[in-house]
Amino acid sequence: MSEHTPNSYMNQPDERGHFGQFGGRYVAETLMPLILDLEQEYRKAKADPEFKAQFDDLLEHYVGRPSPLYFAPRLTEELGGAQVWFKRDELNHTGAHKINNCIGQILLAMRMGKTRIIAETGAGQHGVATATVCARFGLPCTVFMGATDVARQQPNVFRMKLLGAQVVPVTSGRGTLKDAMNEALRDWVANVHDTFYIIGTAAGPHPYPELVRDFQSVIGREARTQMLARTGRLPDLLVAAIGGGSNAIGLFHPFLDDPDVKMLGVEAAGHGLDGDEHAASLAGGFPGILHGNKTYLLQDEDGQITEGHSISAGLDYPGIGPEHAWLKESGRVDYTYATDKEALDAFQLLCRTEGIIPALEPSHAIAAIVKVAPTMPRDAIICANLCGRGDKDIFTVAEALGVEM
Amino acid sequence: MSTRFQTTFAKGPALVCFITAGDGDTAANLDALVEGGADVIELGMPFTDPMADGPAIQAANIRALNAGTRTADVLKLAADFRARHPEVPLVLMGYANPMVRRGPEWFAQEAAKAGVDGVISVDLAPEEDQDLGPALRDKGISLIRLATPTTDDKRIPAVLEGSSGFLYYVSVAGITGKQQAAMASIEDNVQRIKTHTDLPVAVGFGVRTPEQAAEIAKVADGVVVGSAFIDLVEKHGAEAPRHLKALVEGLAKAVHSARKATA
Repeated sequence: MSEHTPNSYMNQPDERGHFGQFGGRYVAETLMPLILDLEQEYRKAKADPEFKAQFDDLLEHYVGRPSPLYFAPRLTEELGGAQVWFKRDELNHTGAHKINNCIGQILLAMRMGKTRIIAETGAGQHGVATATVCARFGLPCTVFMGATDVARQQPNVFRMKLLGAQVVPVTSGRGTLKDAMNEALRDWVANVHDTFYIIGTAAGPHPYPELVRDFQSVIGREARTQMLARTGRLPDLLVAAIGGGSNAIGLFHPFLDDPDVKMLGVEAAGHGLDGDEHAASLAGGFPGILHGNKTYLLQDEDGQITEGHSISAGLDYPGIGPEHAWLKESGRVDYTYATDKEALDAFQLLCRTEGIIPALEPSHAIAAIVKVAPTMPRDAIICANLCGRGDKDIFTVAEALGVEM
Repeated sequence: MSTRFQTTFAKGPALVCFITAGDGDTAANLDALVEGGADVIELGMPFTDPMADGPAIQAANIRALNAGTRTADVLKLAADFRARHPEVPLVLMGYANPMVRRGPEWFAQEAAKAGVDGVISVDLAPEEDQDLGPALRDKGISLIRLATPTTDDKRIPAVLEGSSGFLYYVSVAGITGKQQAAMASIEDNVQRIKTHTDLPVAVGFGVRTPEQAAEIAKVADGVVVGSAFIDLVEKHGAEAPRHLKALVEGLAKAVHSARKATA
């Protein structure tokens, strides 16, 4: 599968970081030299067996990989169609897939001699994962978090602080994830000499979308091997939730050149696509330029960025990784969406049928499975990424269900 | 390239003044800047996510957007300015997304119709020139690029390629409106850049006082001031023109004094 033909879906991006018309490097000049350095250093690291050995060792002994591939018998029974399997990335250290990428990026940061780490976070999962690897390697860590999110996500704020990170509430703009990313970029511009920015999703200026995808592709590589070992064949359909899209691209990428494996990315439709209260950049947005890359964005006719909404703070971002924009346009991956209500129903369904409390992010993927599995034959196989556990979301879910805690 | 830039910079060091379109009475504020002695106007196009700007200009962007400023309004402010001030070079400065939203050709066409001489797109790296550069050059509008302390000699030619009008040297690695760089660093970097190009080099970021402006004018072709004006617009609202004029007079005098010294 490493033999990439000219027609391969796996040889993106091009040397300028473009996935078709998407991706690229749209940053202020101060950052360009650093971005170019990062790309060079990443090329070297990618070719260095020592780097790979270090990454693999940490994933095995610190993160707890490989994560299990689990057949969900009662959910399958309940839906009455295709077999549903889960890649259990919620069992990773820190409870989500985010840590895979943070391990890779902090190793890169140290290779580059950087001594200070910054990150942005929305719900706090990427912030916690970044604070975790910074504690593990003894590097100072500053996490930018929208002031609105700081108020909503106190447990994760406290976790980050326990791990030694400084959490900076961002009041500029409307105090949400995109404002946190703006503020992280501002900090980075002023501290390029010693600071490495660990971006949390497969977006941003090249080479971030590529390197985040590569670090997260451990999910798909393991799933491919495990599925072959367990069933003797590849799955018929992969399903993953999409905010920026790192867990989805991590699952999808190693299967892109398997023509019989279909793929479905699930965006957050919030209160529905009719109004503005959603975070579905592909279904409800247009191509544009933000945060270093060209991709689908929620924006008005003047190119002003609009706020996303989702019950899942991790999907509540007005953009999407550029490789997904390209995979949509190329037709290789199908994209759909699930509303807050559908995700909440799916959340409860998985709790009840499998004894697994999923995060609200993968609950969107499960909501799509609820629709598609019954339309597929019983011998078909769906493999979904259970990219995070739901402990962090119980307060949000309780509130949505009208339960006093 | 616009002859307005050539005519202006031929006189010696120029004062380049930035304000955000739609923040306060922009037409009156622009007139005050010109009356006070501004040589070049940079009109900021407001954007929801001004990630290279400090708190003052961020807030100006939000105020302008909250006041309902649209791209059409910015273009109208530009066209009206051009009608009132036929000789003053006018630059639109902002972020790439609002500029490319309706297609680069549309933007270049409208900017040309409004009499705009140059465009600065903060997050459009030279590597992504295809998104705007060809359309602007086709309409005779200068794409003005930024160079920074991190732009080394190896990279400067890439920054200069396809740029015209003047080069904007961002004197600090950081965001707008914060600290000023050391004079020695500014002088070294401007001289370094000038070995690569005949374009005028204007220096900005963190310049607030006539004293700073006078020092920079000794070593550069232009001095850019922005956040100091934005602060006055925020503080004085409808009374801002009077205060802007007073500040710009002092800055212009300081910058232009270097003309006599070098002439």
